[in-house]
Formats: sequence, C-alpha cells, structure tokens
Amino acid sequence: MGSKLSIALLSIKLLALAALATAAQAQDKAQGKTGDIIARGEYLARAGDCTACHTAAEGRLFAGGRPMPTPFGTIYTSNITPDPETGIGKWSADDFYRTMHNGRFPDGGLIYPAMPFASYTKVTRADSDAIFAYLRSIQPVNQKNKPHELRFPYDNRQLILGWRTLFFREGEFKPDPTKSAEWNRGAYLVEGLGHCGMCHSPINALGGTSQSDAFKGGLIPMQNWYAPSLTSNREAGLGDWSIKDITDLLQTGVSMRGVVYGPMAEVVHNSLQYLNDEDTRAMAVYLKGIAEPSPPPPASSTLPTTESSLLISLGKTVYDKNCASCHGTQGEGKPPHWPPLANNQSIEMQSAVNPIRMVLNGGYPPGTKGNPMPYGMPPFAGLLSDNEVAAVVSYIRTAWGNRGTPVSARDANELRSAPLN
Amino acid sequence: MFARAAASAAVIVTLAAFDGAVAQTTSQPPDTMAARVEACTPCHGNKGEGTSDVYFPRLAGKPAGYLYNQLLAFRSGRRKYPPMNYLLEFLPDPYLEAMAEYFASEHPPLPQSAPSEVSKEVLAQGELLATSGDAGRNIPACVSCHGPGLTGMQPGIPGLLGLRAAYVSAQLGAWRYGTRTAKSPDCMQLVAGHLTEADVTAVAAWLATRPAPANPAPVPKGTYALPFGCGSQPN
Repeated sequence: MGSKLSIALLSIKLLALAALATAAQAQDKAQGKTGDIIARGEYLARAGDCTACHTAAEGRLFAGGRPMPTPFGTIYTSNITPDPETGIGKWSADDFYRTMHNGRFPDGGLIYPAMPFASYTKVTRADSDAIFAYLRSIQPVNQKNKPHELRFPYDNRQLILGWRTLFFREGEFKPDPTKSAEWNRGAYLVEGLGHCGMCHSPINALGGTSQSDAFKGGLIPMQNWYAPSLTSNREAGLGDWSIKDITDLLQTGVSMRGVVYGPMAEVVHNSLQYLNDEDTRAMAVYLKGIAEPSPPPPASSTLPTTESSLLISLGKTVYDKNCASCHGTQGEGKPPHWPPLANNQSIEMQSAVNPIRMVLNGGYPPGTKGNPMPYGMPPFAGLLSDNEVAAVVSYIRTAWGNRGTPVSARDANELRSAPLN
Repeated sequence: MFARAAASAAVIVTLAAFDGAVAQTTSQPPDTMAARVEACTPCHGNKGEGTSDVYFPRLAGKPAGYLYNQLLAFRSGRRKYPPMNYLLEFLPDPYLEAMAEYFASEHPPLPQSAPSEVSKEVLAQGELLATSGDAGRNIPACVSCHGPGLTGMQPGIPGLLGLRAAYVSAQLGAWRYGTRTAKSPDCMQLVAGHLTEADVTAVAAWLATRPAPANPAPVPKGTYALPFGCGSQPN
C-alpha cells in the first residue's frame, strides 16, 4: 500500500514535471514566434520607410513631430510609439490595419493623404499585424502630437473625402498570375510598402496621383527635385539596366550606371539598404519589367540655336576646367563612385531640374552598409555664374551622344533658391 | 590538334582583351580621404585652409572632437546652414568622424593676419575682453577656455586663430540669438548672451589681427581647468 502510494505520488510528480516541461517548451516556442513576428515587423517597417516621416531630427524613434511642408500648409507627423496617451498604445491590430488599409483613424476620422495609405492599402493583413507587433515592442514616448498648420480650406478634413473619391482605391495587392513569384514580390514591395508612386508619379493640383499616371515621374512639390519616371527608359526606366546595377543602386546607393541623390538618397539610407538580397532582387526584376521602351526624345529646345551653341561651347570650357577631372573628358566617369555622365538618363531626361541642382548643390550619396564612405560632388553654386551653370548643364546634356536639350541661365537661376532640406 | 591549339589561343586572346576591358572600366577614384572630401573644398579649401570667402571657416588643425561635434550638429539640423545640412544628411557617424580626423590632421600654414578696419579703441576693447573678460558683466576671457595661445584644447574646444572677423562675428551673433546651439550645458550660449553687439565687433576684430603662433596645435585635454561646465568638452 505504502509503496503503491509512493509510486502513485512519484507518477504524479513525474506527470507534473512533464507538464511543466511541456508548458515551458510551449512558452519558449510562443516567445520565439513573437520574436520572429517583431523582427519581421521591424524589417517591414524599414521597407515602408516609416521612420522618414515619423521620427523628427534629434527626436525619439517614431515619436513623430516632424514638420512636413506641403503645398497646403505644414503637417506634423504623429507619434506611433506604444504610449497609451499620446501614441498608439490603445490601438488594436484591427485599428492599425484599418489605418494602413483604409486611411482612417480608429474613431473613423480621415487621415491626410500625406500618409501613403493609397499605397499601404496593398499591404497584407499578416504584414500589417507584424508591423503593429513591432511598433508595440518599441520604447513608448510620451509626446503629444502637434496640430497641423494647414491653410483654409485644406484644414477641413471633409475635403479628404473628395480626394479619396478621386484618387484612393482600397484593396490589398493582387498578384498577377501571368508573372513570376519574384516579379509579384517586387510589385508588392514597390507598389505597397515602398510607396514609390508617392514621388515617381506626377502630382496634380489636388495633391493626388491618378492610376493611369502611376510611376510616370513628376516634380516633387516643395522639394523641387524631379522624381523621374520609372516606366520610361528616357528617364529612370530601368529597362536596359542589368539586374546587378539595379540592386547595387537600391542597396548601396551607387552603381555602374549612376548614383542616388536628393530625396532618393533618403530612401536608400533609411529603407532600401536594409532589405535582403531576395527582396531587392525582386524589386529590381519588377522595376526592369515595368519599363516601357520609349521613342527617341524630341530634340526640341526653347532656346534659339545661336544661343544654344554659344552656351554649349562655353559649357565645354567650364566642364574641362571643373568637371573632367572626376567625370572624364568623355563623360565616362569612374563608376560606381564618380558616375558617368555619358548615356546617363538622369542627365539627359526632359526635366533638367536634377542636373542643374546637382551642379549648384553638389551632394553625397547616402552612407550605406555596402558603401559606408561615399565620394561627394562639390557644390558649384558659389563658383559658377547662372550663365556658366546653364552652359555646363547644356553641354553635358548634349555631348557624347546624350540626347537632352540645352537649358537657360534663367532655369539655373530659379533653382538657386530651391529648398535644400 | 591544330584547331584545338588555335581555339586555346583565341580563348587566351579573348581573356587578355577582357582583362584589359575590366582594368579600364574599373579605374577607380583614389581610395583616400582627400578624394572623399572634395565636396568640402570649394568652400573650405583643398586642405581645409579656408577660401577667400570670409564667411567660410578654416577647418584645418581644429581639434577632431570639435569638428565632429559640428558635423553631427549640421547633420541633425541643430546647426543651421542648408548647404551643409543637405550635404551631410545621410552620412553615418564613423564617416563623419573620419572626416573630422582628416581635417584635424591637416596643417596648412595659417593665413597672414589682415589689417583691421576698426579703430584702436575698439581693438583695445576686444583685447581686454579676450584676455581678461569682464567679471562685472559675467563675461569670462576667451583665453580661459580657448587657451592662453587661443589655439584651443583637445578634444572639443576650437582654436580661434586664422578666422576672419566676419566669420567670428557671425558665429557670436548666432550664439547670442540662439540660432547656434550646442550640447547642454551650452557654455558658448551663456557667454555670448552677455555680449553686446559692440563687444562682438571688438572681439572678432581683435582675434582676426592675431599673428600665427609658433605652434598652432590645440593643447592636450586637461592642460588647464575650464571656468565652468561645457557640454562640448565633458570632463
């Protein structure tokens, strides 16, 4: 009897121990799984470049408060840390998904389309949940959102309804069954989290992008940089780029064909350099795929021929003195660090805004894991007159078989006052 | 047999040609800091010695810690000058550190001091403030932090020689109006807050007349005690 009891007790103990062990294992597994989701959420938050807007200069991560100048006034970004009073600490995963997918706050309020929900609507529920799990895991910051400073009538949120009717199509990404899984993954990232269309599409007077103009390029309001078309090989269309050159550009900021600068340097710095090789390659495959070959550009210039030839001849003098030591006498450069100017779409494309600004302001590509100490272009605003800037830009746009058009001193002068940050 | 040899020869020739092409296309810029900071040179000079533009400062020989703090402040926008803010925005800390060390280690000769455009009385007032301060108005002497030789102290306090009056005056003005700030405790803002516009003109003018010292290098950390706490020069 005694022994039976002890055996029974022992059995119970053993069972209990086994149960404990199983529970512990389950817990470990659950924690591991949660950890995985948070890590995936962090990765996806990088792919969506949330920090570009939701972290202010010298501010705490995702605490918002960054001023975003728009043609309609200044918008201040919101606190998306898990602080219950001032952040999204009281939100549920459903609330977060509704915001991403439908551009509405948990109380149904309308969100200004400066938040790229027209792109984020394509994000899957699982990815939205992962980003939410990550945002729940970061340090909460108690920092009240700053009220927007929008001019009448744009301070009336009801106007957003009109914008939504015109420009917003709700719906998760639908893969194209006729394309490869890689192409579809790239499309999902470019059209969804990457929100590339926010800049690389013409922005009309209503601050919207129409579907038919997607990725056709446009001047970025308030920044005065031209975001080139991703579909035209005359601009930033990547149709005749190798996949390696595209992935190099996206991951490191430099490539054998050209480097990123201006607002795109921000995107590579904060977002694209963190994407893994498979996703970067998928984006490259998709971007190469959407490029449509275009007919040769019309070689029409608004400048009289005599003025153009004077400019181009002065331009060669300016170029040989100031630019050839890095970019080469034939515009061949020393890629990837000193980009070639010959056969460089960003120099030749119809809008001359970017080459003029690069000459005036210079610039560094972003410092990335793959290129931590980039070479920089000196600013020439203080060294060259408007006429010399116009001349050298006209020269590089037309020399060595480049098919751009000359620009005027007035074009150069207007961009001297373009905002730098 | 002959065909095979010919084919091999062709392969070798092709490879040689290919090697040549690769060598040509992979011609690279010099792997040096000098080549990497060429973007700085139109305004700051090839070796950071400054240029004819009186508002662009000399960088050469300043303590690396000071230069690094300025690069960080320009990158974050705390120190505002859009062309600098723009250039540095996406450069990582270790790179900025390397840039600071590069210019700190350059020692082009200091420029000849320029004859001053202000009166002797103003210069005398500048000298008095710079060397003795004005205890009654809570103004410490420049030399009490920037060193008896005004060459600065490692790692965070800059020398004040080789700078034009226009630059020093613009910076002191920016400290006074709070548009230039530094890490707390912001010692320069405290000091500049006690200066009048006339003080600024006098100090800037006198500093610009100083001849180059025999040894322009900043003195080592801890050579002398600072009169008060300074966020840019932690103990």
